[in-house]
Amino acid sequence: MAMKLNPNRNVPEAADLTSKEAVLEELGREESYLHMVTRRFLKHKMAFFGLIVFAIFVLVALLAPVLAPYDPNKIFGDFDASPSSAHLLGTDQVGRDVLSRLIFGSQVSLTVGVGAVAIYVAIGIVLGLLAGYFGKWVDMIIMRITDVFMSFPYFMVILVLVSIVGPSLSNITTVIGLLGWPAIARLVRGSVLSIKEMDYVKAGVALGYSTPKIIFQHILPNALAPILVNATFGVASAIIMEASLSFLGMGVRPPAASWGNMLTEAESITVLSSQPWLWFPPGLMILLAVLSINFMGDGLRDAIESQQAK
Amino acid sequence: MEVKNLKKYYPIKKGIISKTVGYVKAVDDVSFSIYPGETVGLVGESGCGKSTTGRSLVRLEDPTSGQVIFEGKDLASISKKEMRELRTDLQIIFQDPYSSLNPRKRIGDLLAEPLLAHKLASKAEAAEKVNHILETVGLSKHYKNRYPHEFSGGQRQRIGIARALMLHPKLIICDEPVSALDVSIQAQVLNLLKDLQKEFNLTYIFIAHGLGAVKYISDRITVMYLGKIMEMAKTKEIFEHPMHPYTEILLNAYPVPNPHMRDREQIVVEGDVPSPAHPPKGCVFHTRCPFAKDICREKVPELNGTDHLIACHFPLSQ
Repeated sequence: MAMKLNPNRNVPEAADLTSKEAVLEELGREESYLHMVTRRFLKHKMAFFGLIVFAIFVLVALLAPVLAPYDPNKIFGDFDASPSSAHLLGTDQVGRDVLSRLIFGSQVSLTVGVGAVAIYVAIGIVLGLLAGYFGKWVDMIIMRITDVFMSFPYFMVILVLVSIVGPSLSNITTVIGLLGWPAIARLVRGSVLSIKEMDYVKAGVALGYSTPKIIFQHILPNALAPILVNATFGVASAIIMEASLSFLGMGVRPPAASWGNMLTEAESITVLSSQPWLWFPPGLMILLAVLSINFMGDGLRDAIESQQAK
Repeated sequence: MEVKNLKKYYPIKKGIISKTVGYVKAVDDVSFSIYPGETVGLVGESGCGKSTTGRSLVRLEDPTSGQVIFEGKDLASISKKEMRELRTDLQIIFQDPYSSLNPRKRIGDLLAEPLLAHKLASKAEAAEKVNHILETVGLSKHYKNRYPHEFSGGQRQRIGIARALMLHPKLIICDEPVSALDVSIQAQVLNLLKDLQKEFNLTYIFIAHGLGAVKYISDRITVMYLGKIMEMAKTKEIFEHPMHPYTEILLNAYPVPNPHMRDREQIVVEGDVPSPAHPPKGCVFHTRCPFAKDICREKVPELNGTDHLIACHFPLSQ
């Protein structure tokens, strides 16, 4: 049996038998799947850039109370003040520090983005697995429900639901989360349909494994890659969704800061033409957050797909 | 194990209300028995129902009707729970070594899993058994931390065999275990299967479309065509005195590595296998049989005989 040597690994010279065994053991442990995907992901320049930008956003959101120069809701005397040394990005129309609000706004965007996606990925995975694995009437019912959900004008339904339950951070997250699952469910169902025909799943049945074990340990791990990519893009669109809702006044309720409701001020033409510090920074933040996440998604997809093509 | 009148029909559905308009008769009234310790070869063209038969025996397919008696129980009708317990005695080895191993599991975990799932061993015991089984199938125990994609087809097939052996089964269905492998590796795997049979006292049902491997490993051979058994006899009998025209044709199709035999007389088969959705009336082989007479088009021949069973109105004379 030829031992497959990994050229990237330094092979220590084996002197006695015991250490030779150890070397064999070490050589046997080729890089794991996760390791390989991580390596390919980091080699992807755009993805790496996206990861760094996104990491900065996460840090800023976590350290907001430390980083922000002022309380985001504190009202200073001079409103509409242009950037100065006291207020690096100026103050808004009620006299709050724009930079501080921008920093605290990142918390909102990331919470909605990650929270909503976590909810709908969980729902989508469970429904997709059930539909794909059990087929027949289970599949029929779940997929028809999915069709119904997909035929709603997504944004309008969210708008209506949020206005019913009341706009707040947790409500927006939940509503987006409860409505976003159909795409994931379809994706998972599709993967499951092909994976359950694989011989290793049949082998699991023949070996007498329980159905949950087969579904969660043998099918799900092999269906995970496209879900992960899809979820990444989902975070970006959830952030945009929150910004849009806030812009329309259906998002995070003022005075709490969110990038979306900061943009609302740009509705006035004077702000748009002569006070760019009020709308340019939040706009740029949304752009950067969404771009960095989408780059990460692209990188992740490439890293995973090149592995599969191998 | 005794198989009685096994049938597996797949409904053909049409229209929006999924009305069943017909059936694909993948396995149609197949009966045979297998004795402990022997190897029964199951041969036939692609789509003749041999794999479906194999899979029905381990209930990867639910048979439409018929009985599969194993250890006094009818596998076709017992509950899923009872079946789960019996699965430790019945295993299957798959054709495609690239799809039969979960790509996300290390070899060690993949092999220990059956024992742990049936609570037959502790983790430490399972690890010990994994080491042992890897050596039994001719692989280094150091491979257990590797993933399936790091192995060649032959090595993967050995791992698949090792996994089937983990539960110490009595009967193993080998579903074309060597068809996907290189010729040189085929011999290794066949020898391994033979050695394991002796060591663990295994019974095999060996499914293949080529006669070479089957001849080498089987004690008895069953020839199938369009979901039905055509002929069943001892390996030597089948090769030396085939009685069914179809068997004769299969044997002729098997290349003989002897240039002087090039001009031997051959019965040549014409046309394709008819669709199992619309099998021919009478003897299913009559559309391609060079000896077909009127009765073949009308009456289904019974599978007759004691040691050498054959389903043909006009068996070839010996």
